[in-house]
Amino acid sequence: MSKYLMNKFLYTVDRDPELVERYRAEPRELVTWWAAERANSLLNCHSGEASTWLRFTDEEREALISQDHVRLFALGAHPFLTLTLFIAMFERDNTEPLEYQKAFGMRLAHFELPYPDIAT
Amino acid sequence: MARIVAVIASTHHPFYYRASTSTGADRPPFADEWTRKILAFRETLTRADPDVLVMVGSDHFHQLWLDNMPQFLVGKAPFYDANWYNEEREFGLPRMVLKGHEDLSAHLLRAGLDAGFDLAFSNELRIDHSITCPIITLRPEADLPIVPIYTNIFAPPLPQPSRFVKLGETIRKIVEDWPSDLRVAIIGTGHLSLELGGPRQFGPHGPDPEFDRRAVEWIATGDLDGCLREVTLDSLHAPGNATHGFMDFMLMMGVAGAGAKADHVDSLDLFHTMEAYFTWYPGGAPQ
Repeated sequence: MSKYLMNKFLYTVDRDPELVERYRAEPRELVTWWAAERANSLLNCHSGEASTWLRFTDEEREALISQDHVRLFALGAHPFLTLTLFIAMFERDNTEPLEYQKAFGMRLAHFELPYPDIAT
Repeated sequence: MARIVAVIASTHHPFYYRASTSTGADRPPFADEWTRKILAFRETLTRADPDVLVMVGSDHFHQLWLDNMPQFLVGKAPFYDANWYNEEREFGLPRMVLKGHEDLSAHLLRAGLDAGFDLAFSNELRIDHSITCPIITLRPEADLPIVPIYTNIFAPPLPQPSRFVKLGETIRKIVEDWPSDLRVAIIGTGHLSLELGGPRQFGPHGPDPEFDRRAVEWIATGDLDGCLREVTLDSLHAPGNATHGFMDFMLMMGVAGAGAKADHVDSLDLFHTMEAYFTWYPGGAPQ
């Protein structure tokens, strides 16, 4: 389990317009590149230093590659991060206001309280 | 000593800016009523004629991140850039620059540390919609210096609700002890019941209208005992997965004081969430 790393992926992709587009268009390419090049970047730190140990599990990598927000919810990814990034990628396809946001919630309808733990 | 001329607690709905400025077919049907309520709410601050604003909010994973997450943080900088790319993208919020009030920041940090709150600080803080939304609704001129205070309502483990209340009580005392002749308004924003990224999001109302009704009653009547008796870190999951933002309302109840009845109370039932607006005048309503 590396909820922190899933969150770090969602967080760093969401705040970069170019990465948002790459994730929408080429999720496997983007997730593979990010895991190799960005996963161990220390954020909020000067460049040239990095961590050495952060890795996705296979399940987490596949959930991200398949853009499976239901699976990410089940794995305990922070739902605000998932929602914000997925709205950025898919709201543009709406044919009516809030269509994507409502469908996003509907796909999670089988979850009951307590929801998966998001503590990192 | 400084005078607290108003204490204000509000929701921070990022869609207000777009809803209130849109026209024609883009203008949602609830925009006119929402704008009327906001203009009445704004008047409660304008009447208090403040010189400086203490602004309590919560960073939404913008500058503050899980590698180094403070529980309570005070900004101390001469300026604060505001709003972020993803808020511009999703909500249409404008970029802003707000002046800071470093003397009051320094006073809050020193006195807060001495009062038992190990406050984090930031000398380069870019603030987000938890603080810019009340600027847009209450003081759109954005002409007053601010002291931003961020709380962690977002990334567990979170401080206990009682700690938020205690921090609010402490902030009030610290500001009242500030050796200044300035008029201070303390403004904080949070949520009532709210679901984000879960199955109950974006419904026709907030996810738990009954919680919202009771929450408005607690706040409006200053019923801190009743609120603290029922609200726990665990209980806040039930009304919606983002409802821990209610603890910033509890912080503001601490600022207003136990038993303090709000001088202005209003709410608006919207899709997805209920809006709620409260103003207290600790020294009596302005003439």
